[in-house]
Amino acid sequence: MENFTPLSSLAGGLLIGLASAAMLVFNGRIAGISGITGGVLKLPKGDSLWRLLFAAGLLGGGFVYALFAPEAFTNTVDRSTAALVVAGLLVGFGTQMGSGCTSGHGICGLSRFSMRSVVAVGSFMATAALTVFVVTRFFGGVL
Amino acid sequence: MSPTTKQNLASLGVGLLFAAGLALSGMTLPSKVIGFFDFSRGLESWDPSLAFVMGGGMAVYLPIYRLVRGRKAPLFDDRFRLPTRKDIDVRLVGGAVLFGLGWGLGGFCPGPALTSVGALSSKAMIMAASMLVGMFLFQQVEKLLDQAKAKAASKAEPKPEAATTNRKMNAGAAS
Repeated sequence: MENFTPLSSLAGGLLIGLASAAMLVFNGRIAGISGITGGVLKLPKGDSLWRLLFAAGLLGGGFVYALFAPEAFTNTVDRSTAALVVAGLLVGFGTQMGSGCTSGHGICGLSRFSMRSVVAVGSFMATAALTVFVVTRFFGGVL
Repeated sequence: MSPTTKQNLASLGVGLLFAAGLALSGMTLPSKVIGFFDFSRGLESWDPSLAFVMGGGMAVYLPIYRLVRGRKAPLFDDRFRLPTRKDIDVRLVGGAVLFGLGWGLGGFCPGPALTSVGALSSKAMIMAASMLVGMFLFQQVEKLLDQAKAKAASKAEPKPEAATTNRKMNAGAAS
C-alpha cells in the first residue's frame, strides 16, 4: 500500500465533516458542492449570494493552502486536455442529473441513511472503479 | 447583522474549511483518487486513503446530524432545507453513473476540482470549466423535459394545476 496516508486523510475527512456539519447547524442545508455550485448557474433566483460565497471559500481556501503546501495539488495523472474536457462535462452533467456528488450523496447522504444516496454512491463508485480499470488496462493509464 | 448576512458569512467559512479538509485529505491529488479505484496491481499498491476521508467525514457529520435532526430550525434560518425524496429512479442512477465515469477519467470530483482551481492548477481549471458547462447543459435539458411534460399534462387534462403539480413533483432535491 504505497502512497497510503491514513492520518492526513482521516484528519482531512474530519475537517470536511466539520464543514458539512456547520452548513447544517448554521444554514440548515446540505453541504453538497454540485448542488450549491449548480444553483449559481440558475440565475436569477435570488438566493445565489451564499452559493457564490461558498464557492469563493473553496477557491480562496485552495489558493491559501497552496501558498503553504503546493504539493497538495501536484497532478501526476497523465490526461490530455480532451480527456479533461470530457471528464468535466460528465461530472457536471452527471451530478446535476443525479442530484449530488461525493459530498452531498457521500458524506451527508450516507450519514442521513438516505437510500437514494446509498444507491447513488454505489453507482458512482462502481463506475469510477470500472473507468479506472479500463483506462489502466487498455490505455496504460494515459488518456 | 441580518440572518441573510449571517448565512452568507457561514457559507464562506464552510467553503474555506471544506477546501482545507479536501487539500489535507489528499482528495485534490487525482493520483490518490485513481489509486483508490485501481485494484489492478494487487493489494500492495492499492491506496485506501479515500475510505479514510469518507470515514472521517461521516464520523463527524453523522452524530451532529442526529443531534440537530430533532430541532425546529438551524441557527441562521427559520427552517431546514434538506432533501426529502425517497424514490430511486433512472435519473438518479444514470446521473451517478455519468458522474462516476467522469470522476474515474479525470480524478476530480466537484469539490477538489474547485479547490484546485483556487490553487491555480491548470488541469483543474480545464476540468472545472467544462464541469460548469456540463451542469448548465443538464439544466437546459431538464427545462426542455419539464416543458414537454407540462405540455403533455395540459393536453391530457386541460387544467392549469395539473402542469404545476407535475413540475413540483419532478423538482429534485439537489444536494
